[in-house]
Amino acid sequence: MKKYLSAFFALLMLVPSLSMAGSDTLIWGRGGDSVMLDLAQATDGESIKAGIQIFENLVKFGNDSMDVEPQLAESWDVSKDGLTWTFHLRKGVKFHDGTDFNAQAVYDSFARIIDKEHPFYGYGKWKYLSLSLQYVTAIKIIDDHTVSLTTQMPYAPLINNLALWLCPILSPKAMAEYKDQIGMHLVGTGPFKFVKWVKDDHIILVRNDAYWAGAPKLEKIIIKSIPETSTRMMALQSGAIDIADDLDPDAITLVKKTPNLVVKENASVNVGYIAMNTSKPYLADPRVRQAISHAVDKNMLIQTLFQGLAIPAKNPFAPSIWSYNDEIVPYDYDPAKAKALLKEAGFDMAREIELWAMPVSRAYMPDPVKTAELVQAYLAAVGIKCKIVRHDWGTYLQKTGNGEHDLCMLGWLGGNADPDNFLYGLLSADTANIPGASNVAIWKNAEFTDLVKKAQKTFDKAQRTEYYKQAQVIAHDQAPWLPIAHTKVVRCFNKSVQDIPLRPNGLNSFEMVWKK
Amino acid sequence: MNPSFIIRRLFQLILIVAGVSVVVFFMLRMIPGDPAQLLLGELASPGELASLREQLGLNRSLPVQYWIFVKNMLMGDFGFSIRTGTPVIQEILPRLMATIELSAAGMLIATVFGILAGVMSAVYKNSMIDYTAMLSALVGVSVPVFWLGLMMIYVFSVHFQLLPMMGRMDLAVERFPITGLVLVDALLHLDFAAFKDGCLHLVMPAITLSTIPMAIIARITRSSMLEVLNQDYIRTARAKGMEERVVILRHALGNAFLPIVTVLGINMGLLLGGAVLTETIFSWPGLGRFVVDSLMGRDYNAVQACILIFAVLMALINLMVDLLYAFLDPRIRVNED
Repeated sequence: MKKYLSAFFALLMLVPSLSMAGSDTLIWGRGGDSVMLDLAQATDGESIKAGIQIFENLVKFGNDSMDVEPQLAESWDVSKDGLTWTFHLRKGVKFHDGTDFNAQAVYDSFARIIDKEHPFYGYGKWKYLSLSLQYVTAIKIIDDHTVSLTTQMPYAPLINNLALWLCPILSPKAMAEYKDQIGMHLVGTGPFKFVKWVKDDHIILVRNDAYWAGAPKLEKIIIKSIPETSTRMMALQSGAIDIADDLDPDAITLVKKTPNLVVKENASVNVGYIAMNTSKPYLADPRVRQAISHAVDKNMLIQTLFQGLAIPAKNPFAPSIWSYNDEIVPYDYDPAKAKALLKEAGFDMAREIELWAMPVSRAYMPDPVKTAELVQAYLAAVGIKCKIVRHDWGTYLQKTGNGEHDLCMLGWLGGNADPDNFLYGLLSADTANIPGASNVAIWKNAEFTDLVKKAQKTFDKAQRTEYYKQAQVIAHDQAPWLPIAHTKVVRCFNKSVQDIPLRPNGLNSFEMVWKK
Repeated sequence: MNPSFIIRRLFQLILIVAGVSVVVFFMLRMIPGDPAQLLLGELASPGELASLREQLGLNRSLPVQYWIFVKNMLMGDFGFSIRTGTPVIQEILPRLMATIELSAAGMLIATVFGILAGVMSAVYKNSMIDYTAMLSALVGVSVPVFWLGLMMIYVFSVHFQLLPMMGRMDLAVERFPITGLVLVDALLHLDFAAFKDGCLHLVMPAITLSTIPMAIIARITRSSMLEVLNQDYIRTARAKGMEERVVILRHALGNAFLPIVTVLGINMGLLLGGAVLTETIFSWPGLGRFVVDSLMGRDYNAVQACILIFAVLMALINLMVDLLYAFLDPRIRVNED
């Protein structure tokens, strides 16, 4: 027996080893697996990262910015009443299955999301309607290469929504064939074709040689899930992977010091904030909220907890988004002023308020518990007693939506990079109704709400900008939030990888990437 | 083997599964947190939440939901994963095979080296061999799996570049799953390069996973052997002039095996469910991590199915242990009848 075993192992040693990936294969390591690759049903970043290599939309964001650019639509125009959008589609584009991209494909891809009568409607769960086609009432095929969308009211942010992952164009043939299994049979028009997906392990994509903008340079992309950060870091160092996403600040510092590795940074579109529940009588006075804003030293939070990978926030959205009001003077760190404001407002110093700490870390809040502890200490320094409360994530979202908290930490990645997404979605009176409030400050300011609703119906960008700038002034003065930080997006990769794009939301298609 | 014994045990298995299904179903729903809310995240309107709950069937009463779950389960349908929208069984099977492969390899290493160390310690009691083996066992039980795994990766993958640090197989290789077990599939395809690659990928995770059970097995083997070695029949065997190797392996180890088999069974069950850390460090796409992710996402269907599968596996392992008892010790068979 022993003899056979040794012979077996000796033979095995003689077997040649498998080759490593070649220079036209990109191995991309990340912290988690995708959940759902039919992007119209996806809600997580890991799904979008992989899916946007395969699918394209009518319009897209810039490679390194959030400005909307043409993609499958070459141009578009809006009717005078602001209700009808007409898109002129690119000609000669083919899906990965060889079928033609045309107006019918746009119709089927969109109608399956909003039209309950459409045969494909039942094949999926269309979760984020408010960010995609909520206000679209009709989709009309004008000719083979022209499509129009009608909205129930003039809705300017629609064009940004169409650039979001939620509005991909799929092959109608594939949708009819694979029905509710479309999420495992992905047929788009993008630069890479789907090959296979081993769950929790890796996704393989290959070059689409017939890509309308010219075949991409990489032959193959392997997207590999490596959940443990240290393993992912070591894989990047040893050259086993070319890109490592989701590294922690310590690892990023190490990457910066390693000669054959590169870190690329860009301003993000997210915001981390502490919402102050204005429906609680003791937080209803704006002076109390201003006092809390003066009591916290954001710069210190960013240096220690974000390790410098963020900029302090003074507005509800990041400077990378248009209409950011840079004239606003942030509340400076001034405990004396905070105490004076509290006294003026007659705040009951004996009262203990609750600060809810998020149970999960997010890019916009990398260490929620330590952040809560620091804020607790800052508030204690001005005489506000505060207790840290924790719930699991599902409960947390539910209860904050019910307005059960005093102060709560939360954040938002404004995927469509439209100010409306932050100001209307997170701060208008319309979204402050419990239960299920997304305006967790439960802040109902009529003037503010009026401005952001007017902006939704305005198609002149200069005029919209003006409304949003005014709205930001109100949000600053009334202080329903203590905005903390906008983190930077970071991508760490091997020096051999060239032309890596980095959009402020961290989600890019890799058609231009190549390896030395 | 008495067939009525097996039938009775299989009947018990059905009762266990029924019990587990009730407990899991209701306990899961007692944990706070709404799957729809978790799926939609920070910004979901009440309307979107309500319609998703309806689509997921979460708006029905609990007894009705349980009835539907049991009815479908009896027909082999565990439903769709709430998170991914794929049939749960499609999500679970490949991951289960990955976990079984890893646990089996870990258990093999643990058993071979654990028993070897235990026997050596007992035979050379209070010698350097004994002290070394038992000290290693102590270290084996106490060393954190996380630290050990990362250290091995650093030494063998990053520094010496001898072993692959993650996954089950080189990513450049196309795999054609037959059984879902990489090594078995490679052999079935007569692809020895893939077999070797699979072995190399398995080495570090399997060793990491094996340390704790190996240490436990070594200690149990030692104490069980020491007890047996003091028995009269061992003295008689030696007095008959039997070769020492035969005395130790056949007479002593054979009789010391009962407690060892018990520990093996328990540990195999523990490894199946407890490989989460090892799976995470080595990016092993197994079931452990899937259960944790599903639980965090309140993916009721997925968690229910996983727990039921674990329960069945655990019960089957117990059954096998009992059958092994009867095989190892004929007296047990008599008692069972």
